[in-house]
Amino acid sequence: MVLTFSVPGGDFNQAGRASGEVKKVLARLGVDPGLIKRAAVAMYEAEINMVIHAGGGTATADISPERAVLVLEDSGPGIPDLDLAMQEGYSTAPEWIRELGFGAGMGLPNMKRNSDELSIETAPGRGTRVTIVLALSGGPAAAAAALPAAAAPEGKAP
Amino acid sequence: MNGPSVFHSVTLDPDKCRGCTTCLKHCPTEAIRVRKGKARILDERCVDCGECIRVCPSGAKRAVPDPLSLLKSFRYRVAIPAPSLYGQFDGRFSVDRILSGLLALGFDEVFEAARAAELVAERTAEFLRGAGPGPWISSSCPAVVKLIQIRFPSLLDRLVPLASPMETAARIVKEVLHPGRPGLGVFFLSPCAGKVTAARHPPEGRRSAVDGVLGIRDVYLPLRNLLSGVEERPLARAGYRGIAWARVDGESDSVGVPGSISVDGIADVIGVLEALENGKIRDVAFIEAMACPAGCVGGPLTVENPYIAKTRLRNREARATVPAERAGAGPEGFSNYGWSAPPAARTVLRLDPDVARALVMAEEMEILAEGLPGLDCGSCGAPTCRSLAEDIVRGTAVETDCIFKLRERVRDLAAELFSLERMQPPGLDTEEGPRGP
Repeated sequence: MVLTFSVPGGDFNQAGRASGEVKKVLARLGVDPGLIKRAAVAMYEAEINMVIHAGGGTATADISPERAVLVLEDSGPGIPDLDLAMQEGYSTAPEWIRELGFGAGMGLPNMKRNSDELSIETAPGRGTRVTIVLALSGGPAAAAAALPAAAAPEGKAP
Repeated sequence: MNGPSVFHSVTLDPDKCRGCTTCLKHCPTEAIRVRKGKARILDERCVDCGECIRVCPSGAKRAVPDPLSLLKSFRYRVAIPAPSLYGQFDGRFSVDRILSGLLALGFDEVFEAARAAELVAERTAEFLRGAGPGPWISSSCPAVVKLIQIRFPSLLDRLVPLASPMETAARIVKEVLHPGRPGLGVFFLSPCAGKVTAARHPPEGRRSAVDGVLGIRDVYLPLRNLLSGVEERPLARAGYRGIAWARVDGESDSVGVPGSISVDGIADVIGVLEALENGKIRDVAFIEAMACPAGCVGGPLTVENPYIAKTRLRNREARATVPAERAGAGPEGFSNYGWSAPPAARTVLRLDPDVARALVMAEEMEILAEGLPGLDCGSCGAPTCRSLAEDIVRGTAVETDCIFKLRERVRDLAAELFSLERMQPPGLDTEEGPRGP
């Protein structure tokens, strides 16, 4: 099934709604709680990033018995240096965002840790498309098969 | 309607229920449906939080603790009063007097849950020192534990694996103070329905050391009538740290680890657990989560307003004479602090054991929800349009339970009737052209 959500930018009250809904659907499917948590963390981070940095965007979740493919797409400023952004503790979030408990520089590393496959396509000034794949059955190998050929994988989670 | 079940101790008085939708809207696990004009509880979803009892305008939702008459079935009766009991009475009555009143009421001995709370606090601090990075969640509120079992199963491994003060107190009475004593009955005086279930149906079918749970509400009046005349005896053993457990912040203060969250009220508890599941809570060692507003003093089986009771408790804490240092030493030889069995995930939200089938149902549910008005009016008996969609795919409701859908159907039917009415038998048909509606 495919679920589509619009994620409003800058609205912290709505942030987490998309990942929250996906979490509920996974619970209805009886997905393992540990996997639900991983999906929640990875998607929530990506969602929050869109809220903080990109002025919002759209989130889609394509869920099959084998895997969940979560795509978060925005037309924000893009990520200038992806390698740097993948480092723990690196953050471009302003102080007021940090005061809200966000922007600790754990977003992308956390996303990577909690997905079986993570691909990030980004172009400065044009936007970012994050694809998170989680195997729901059959292990990470099943998830790898789901990645669209065009999206270069960012590398497997450790 | 449904009475006590293995899952919960909140029940409905069908004579009082008017079938309104108030409780539907407040249930954190969407465990209530109105059927045939009465609010039914879906047993396996109820977490005993007591929200429905609090909000019911007709007083039709209630908890079912044991009756006082149960005392008669035991020869030696030990009362374990929850510290929230002390908040029910004003400062004229000391804790000593309240405990003396319990003896006058028919108990042979008292052992304060607050005393056990101090011991549990010590063990919790010890556990947190040795455990990995937090946050760890207190397992003392039974409604929170059940909520986690149903809505946040991924957080089950974050629960502190210790028995509650109630259970710990009962074990001390049975294993240390009166081992093997025939006719021994241990009674918890409870502020909430959750403890009733925890004692009657502990997880995984283990036996609880508690023999009965009485509602504070039910002992309040007879106890109050005895208090003025009773001879006061020095019975209080718990210090301010134990007493404080009955209000929010008390447990984390008592455990004493820096960087803890104290949250009360089921809605905010859900908010914190949601944030924790999303990985948003860092640098926190311990989470004290209480389902009732202001903590146990806000339990549905209490009598006094939660905030008045909380202030009274604070006053008592300030006056508590039992030194805090005594809290560290437990009863000689007692070490049975662990929980009897780890609480397991409960898959009540799952639509079907077969993933493929569940996926079809989930898809169908989304489509149905899309077609419903989205007003969440509750007239169909389900709390939200989405939960009606869920009930439909589960086969427990039909689309025309929605009054808007029903009206649509009536309108369609009316249009069809109208067009049928216009049709004429061929012999009477005077219109030119092809026949038909």
